[in-house]
Amino acid sequence: MNPPEKYIRYIPRTRDLYSSHTPYRWVTNADAPWTPLTKPLNESRVALASSSGVYLTNQTPFHTKDDTSIREIHKTASTGDFAVNHFGYRMDGAERDPYCVFPLEQMRKLENEGVIGELAETAYTFMGGIYSARRVREELAPQLVERALANNIDLFYLAPA
Amino acid sequence: MCHQSVGLVSRAIEEAGIPTITMSSAWDITRSVKPPRAAFVNFPLGNQTGRPGDVKEQLAIVRDALIAAYAMTEPGSVTILPYEWDDSGYGWQGGEYRPGYLRPYVRTEAVTDD
Repeated sequence: MNPPEKYIRYIPRTRDLYSSHTPYRWVTNADAPWTPLTKPLNESRVALASSSGVYLTNQTPFHTKDDTSIREIHKTASTGDFAVNHFGYRMDGAERDPYCVFPLEQMRKLENEGVIGELAETAYTFMGGIYSARRVREELAPQLVERALANNIDLFYLAPA
Repeated sequence: MCHQSVGLVSRAIEEAGIPTITMSSAWDITRSVKPPRAAFVNFPLGNQTGRPGDVKEQLAIVRDALIAAYAMTEPGSVTILPYEWDDSGYGWQGGEYRPGYLRPYVRTEAVTDD
């Protein structure tokens, strides 16, 4: 697979940025799991998740020490209802417009236009700056897997930040 | 970190039998973790689904990523979406994740990958 013409090497940059710490061991996988897409997009129920740390103002804010909790956000939530907490990216854009990391509005439009069959009733957010890959696998991922299965999701769209 | 965490979640959902599409703006991390299908935009972190307030571009990015998911046949594929971040001399690629990039943040505890 050809890399893009220009891109930032975040792994060495992170190592340099935190050079006084033991280098972080990033997860390396040789291959990826695969489930074929069988249903057309315009007939599919699509779920949305974002690791941006966006939450509703009436929910408990995310903390930044390996928080593996999730927030459930109804598909009708609107811009004024959101707040954000994360340590790993500049949040000024997301604070002005959460949809640049949590594309709920875009998904609603795609549902209205008939591009996707249906946007799932609930979207999910979490704070993706979790150093423990084990805790991501054991604590965070099962919560989303369970909800995806319970809601008959055909395609899951995930956005990091 | 976000790219690693999201990649791991995508893999778990896919393993449970539900197809996934994962956004990325960190090529090297995504290539290391290998979510099943990814769509790459070369934008600063925090803009994986577009620029703040640019409704038209945001919609196009999400739509393109969903369509790209259907074109991928190889597990671990990353499709590069043709969007350019006009930095108008700001030079964002030089400044990302360099000292001063983030708000003051101090690790108070040793981090562990366990």
